[in-house]
Amino acid sequence: MLEAGFIIKSLIILALFGLTLLIATYSTYAERKVAAFLQDRLGPNRAGPWGLLQPIADAGKMFFKEDFIPSQASKWLFIAGPCLSMLTALMATAVVPFGDSVKYTTGPNQILTVPVQPIDVNIGVLYIFGVVSLGVYGLMIGGWASNNKFSLLGAIRAASQNISYEIPMGLSMIAILMMTGSLSMGEIVSQQHGGNWNIFYQPLGFIIFITCAFAECNRTPFDLPECETELIGGYHTEYSSMKLGFYLFSEYINMFVSSAVISNLFFGGYNYPFMDSVHQFLTNNLGAIAGHNVATLIGTVVLFGKIFFFIFFFMWVRWTLPRFRYDQLMNLGWKGLIPLAMLNIVLTGGAILFLKPLITALLK
Amino acid sequence: MQLTNRAKQVSSKEMTLAERIYLPAIVTGLGITIKHFFKKKVTIQYPEQKRYLGPVFRGQHVLKRDEQGRERCTACGLCAVACPAEAISMVAEEREKGEEKLYREEKYAAVYEINMLRCIFCGLCEEACPKQAIYLRHDIFVPVFTERDNVIYGKDKLVENMNDRYLRTAWTKEEALHQDINDLTPQPRIQL
Ligand code: SF4
Ligand code: SF4
Repeated sequence: MLEAGFIIKSLIILALFGLTLLIATYSTYAERKVAAFLQDRLGPNRAGPWGLLQPIADAGKMFFKEDFIPSQASKWLFIAGPCLSMLTALMATAVVPFGDSVKYTTGPNQILTVPVQPIDVNIGVLYIFGVVSLGVYGLMIGGWASNNKFSLLGAIRAASQNISYEIPMGLSMIAILMMTGSLSMGEIVSQQHGGNWNIFYQPLGFIIFITCAFAECNRTPFDLPECETELIGGYHTEYSSMKLGFYLFSEYINMFVSSAVISNLFFGGYNYPFMDSVHQFLTNNLGAIAGHNVATLIGTVVLFGKIFFFIFFFMWVRWTLPRFRYDQLMNLGWKGLIPLAMLNIVLTGGAILFLKPLITALLK
Repeated sequence: MQLTNRAKQVSSKEMTLAERIYLPAIVTGLGITIKHFFKKKVTIQYPEQKRYLGPVFRGQHVLKRDEQGRERCTACGLCAVACPAEAISMVAEEREKGEEKLYREEKYAAVYEINMLRCIFCGLCEEACPKQAIYLRHDIFVPVFTERDNVIYGKDKLVENMNDRYLRTAWTKEEALHQDINDLTPQPRIQL
């Protein structure tokens, strides 16, 4: 029954696509609210109840602004920049698992199980890293095509920053891969069943990873590419209207993706403590299929709770910390995080080699 | 002179390990900001919520009348001269026989206009006036304008209404403190 599976898959993909956009839209609103609350203000509260229509008003404003292309800019690249940013940002969710699996009957005694994950490729982690590092082209092309010193400087900063921070990010991932022995996101998540989350084994890896995630998303304290005080607007200085909107929007999508990846890699994704007893309870009461589906739904809700927490954390940090100086950023990346990540790999390897047999032997 | 007790001696000592890895400082910072997250917000939501701005707040102008209801302004033009924003213009007229009940002086302002978009509410017109005719009242704001036709206030809007006279409640903060500060209605304390 390929067709039913195909339809369900398409539905999941469409729903996740829409959800990603919706969450990114409301992240802009949340960002302003969180910023306001952290600064003892109220934030947007005029458009709709509690200002809930604010993102829509913002988007409308963006669309009706003059769409300006500088005369000396390279026109097609100038347009391609924000499109590429948006595209790569949206692509990354494709391999992130958002829930366990949906079961449905296709006939008597035939039960199909579809994982709530757009595609479960066995190199999911690599895919995410590839797509995320593509994202820097959007900024690079935009900054280059603008034919403006500040844009170019911003773009160069973005490129060097992203490249530098991808290395410790990848290295901190390797420790996780050593533990799970798989590159598939689905596999990594399902290994963290219950409360067996990776954060408890990889606290150092987590700190390195989240720091790098901030840098990859160009968020404060690493928002040097758009550093207003030095570079006007960084790579998007020359952009206006919805092209600028795309750049800003892709930043929020990236934030969502990073939060999703962090929750999945380190905080167990859709797993939560005592999920087995909940699953048991639901299948006993609702029947095997419906119970399983409801349990999946709960898992998904839990996952989104984690994601929202991390999005909030991104904002919280942004409105707490000042920006790094550029040399500090590079020092931290190359002299701080990369050696630490390597140390983490060695420690993990040692733990797997010596500690694990020891503990299993003790437990026996 | 010390303003707060939070001054810190600058030191160029080597940073300790805890300081160099940033994390403790970051955690403290996050703690501080999250405390503010749950604090009561200080925002006054302006058009709905207004606060009392003090007894000498400079709001909308008023052209005073005297106790017998005569306009005090004599169209001397000193306010217009004093005005740094050149917001005031007027046309003088001589008082006719039989108008003594309307105008206190022999010359009066037939037209008296203030362009509220130009006015910066400095109060220099008030200082300049020899007849104590113009004041900036503390209890009425000039609203936000959305139409250009509304910005020039003529005598119809400026001259005091005898049934609702403007009396300043207090001239200093100390005087105002003796009154209920949320009470915006003028109380006859000092007669102008
Ligand atoms: S308050 Fe100042 S600016 Fe306004 S009319 Fe009087 S003198 Fe001119
Ligand atoms: S308000 Fe005062 S200063 Fe201005 S014209 Fe009248 S009397 Fe003269």
